[in-house]
Amino acid sequence: MNVHEYQAKDLLRQYGVAVPNGGVASTPAEAEEVARGLEKGLVVVKAQVHAGGRGKGGGIQLAHSPAEVKQVAGEMLGMTLKTDQTGPEGKLVRKVYVESGSEIAHEYYLGIVFDRAEEKLAIIASTEGGVEIEAVAAKTPERIITVNADGGPELPGFAARRVGFGLGFDAVQVKQLEVFLSGLFRLFVEKDCSLAEINPLVLTQSGEIFALDCKLNFDDHALYRQADVAALRDPEEEDPRERAAQEIDLAYVGLDGNIGCMVNGAGLAMATLDMIQYCGGHPANFLDAGGGADKEKVKEAFKIILRDENVRAILVNIFGGIVRCDLIAEGVVAAAAELGIEVPLVVRLQGTNSEQGREILAESGLDIISAETLCEAAEKAVAVVGEG
Amino acid sequence: MGRFHAGLSVEYGTQVVGGVHPGKGGTAIDGIPVFNTVEKAVAETGADASVIFVPPPGAADAILEAADAGIGLTACITEGIPALDMLRAKRSLQGSTLRLVGPNCPGVVTPGQCRIGIMPAQITRPGPVGVISRSGTLTYEAVDQLSRLGIGQSTCLGIGGDAIIGTTFVDALRLFEADPETRAVILIGEIGGSAEETAADFIRDEMSKPVAAFIAGQNAPPGKRMGHAGAIIAGGKGRASDKIAALEAAGVFVAPSPAEIAETLAKNVPDLSGS
Repeated sequence: MNVHEYQAKDLLRQYGVAVPNGGVASTPAEAEEVARGLEKGLVVVKAQVHAGGRGKGGGIQLAHSPAEVKQVAGEMLGMTLKTDQTGPEGKLVRKVYVESGSEIAHEYYLGIVFDRAEEKLAIIASTEGGVEIEAVAAKTPERIITVNADGGPELPGFAARRVGFGLGFDAVQVKQLEVFLSGLFRLFVEKDCSLAEINPLVLTQSGEIFALDCKLNFDDHALYRQADVAALRDPEEEDPRERAAQEIDLAYVGLDGNIGCMVNGAGLAMATLDMIQYCGGHPANFLDAGGGADKEKVKEAFKIILRDENVRAILVNIFGGIVRCDLIAEGVVAAAAELGIEVPLVVRLQGTNSEQGREILAESGLDIISAETLCEAAEKAVAVVGEG
Repeated sequence: MGRFHAGLSVEYGTQVVGGVHPGKGGTAIDGIPVFNTVEKAVAETGADASVIFVPPPGAADAILEAADAGIGLTACITEGIPALDMLRAKRSLQGSTLRLVGPNCPGVVTPGQCRIGIMPAQITRPGPVGVISRSGTLTYEAVDQLSRLGIGQSTCLGIGGDAIIGTTFVDALRLFEADPETRAVILIGEIGGSAEETAADFIRDEMSKPVAAFIAGQNAPPGKRMGHAGAIIAGGKGRASDKIAALEAAGVFVAPSPAEIAETLAKNVPDLSGS
């Protein structure tokens, strides 16, 4: 789960991690009010959307007075911001963050991530801040410092010192970084983050360090024990289909093709997309109906697939293990009856109770194209939408 | 779910000697005694393997309980364990003798002998091919393809779709390399992480047996989690194309589509059927 910058910075403050003064605003008047409460001088107005690269798209603007903040916020609120990460449709700006400007001496990168290969956390830092860390890793890997750490509860002091001295900080700045990084680390492990990224971390001309921008991602599987984090969810930022799927415990990812897919199991679902493309077609979505798929869930899954207007056929691919094919077939029949599915349905049932499932489909009188193998199912789906 | 699948495992010929459910010790389900702790269950029955169906909040604890009780092999079926819980659990397992399979996996089947977990064992048949996969249903797909070609399996192992798991591809490959019943291996990977690349290094350097593979998610968009917690292309890493290139460079036969996994192996390795 992602949160906005203003929410992330609130959390940083709670953990004693230095951030500039600032506040969130939903109207130009609120923005002006926030600016009045800040130090005099340069103020930064930042669009609050779940996407990076905001500066290039006009989502980060400077202002020199509360009146100018009001004017800038007025232009920004309600605009559709397009960045490299928003997709071509862009994102509507509903809130801005108003923050004191800083005299920046240098920008750094600092992040905490899961290191899957090492099965530890990794603190990653670089003297190249304000740019994508992936680009730094590709071009100048020697400028990246990586220190591994266990899953808490505290970050050992030496880890912060390795990072600080590695970045070229002096002893005083390293002390500051120890406070900064130990707070960030406690936030990470106590709130079940999956990513904490400070980019850039800045060193000011007066020798202070703080987080100029911040991105926090949280482990969806831990939200059950992080109620305050779960409350930060902004549904407006999420794909409505993905959100609807998530509410009923289905994994759904929208794609740009025209063959809707309903599959059980993430691996088979990915492989089904691969198979459709291999046959010359284009999948409209990834959908894993999961191990608990039954009649009701199948019906809901169809509803979500059909919300996509591009869908011109639906491929159902079930390999029953935990899942029973007869229950899936009942769901298909019920969905077809209740939802009035007008696009062709290609159904492949294998595994647990597949015979019963096929009988249910055959007896339903529905116009279903049945398939025996994965290959046959994909070929038939691609043929029915007139491709391949 | 534990009861349902324990029943299927018994039907398959697995010796299920006990269950554990805190607070229900002393009772029995379907004639199988239930204990309050794994320690007690092991002491009373001599169990040396277990399967974990505990919901996510208690699953990492259940893994540690298995290790503490001296269980040799456990398969954790649970999906949705917080990543930090697994990170800490794996740290705690260092030095223990427990072999953990999963979590978020379908378990292990040795056709004709033993079923631990939730795999549909009826599609398997005994034979010379070892199957390892990060995905449950895609394992079934591959096993079904093998069985349809008349090729049986030595052991089928789902290692799980999470970012942090117990038994890795390399662990499983090493076991198959040493297993006299196994003559060839099918490896099914997917996007996310670098386990396939690490497996490719191991295959190139230490495997004498032929390996065929398929990588799922070749058309997955970056930054999107494809169902499995571990199936995500992040920061330009974990792409299918890189994994396929690494495996091919290590001499692995990579199937061009998920419908040709068994065929790819059969085409390159003669005489696997009927043995």
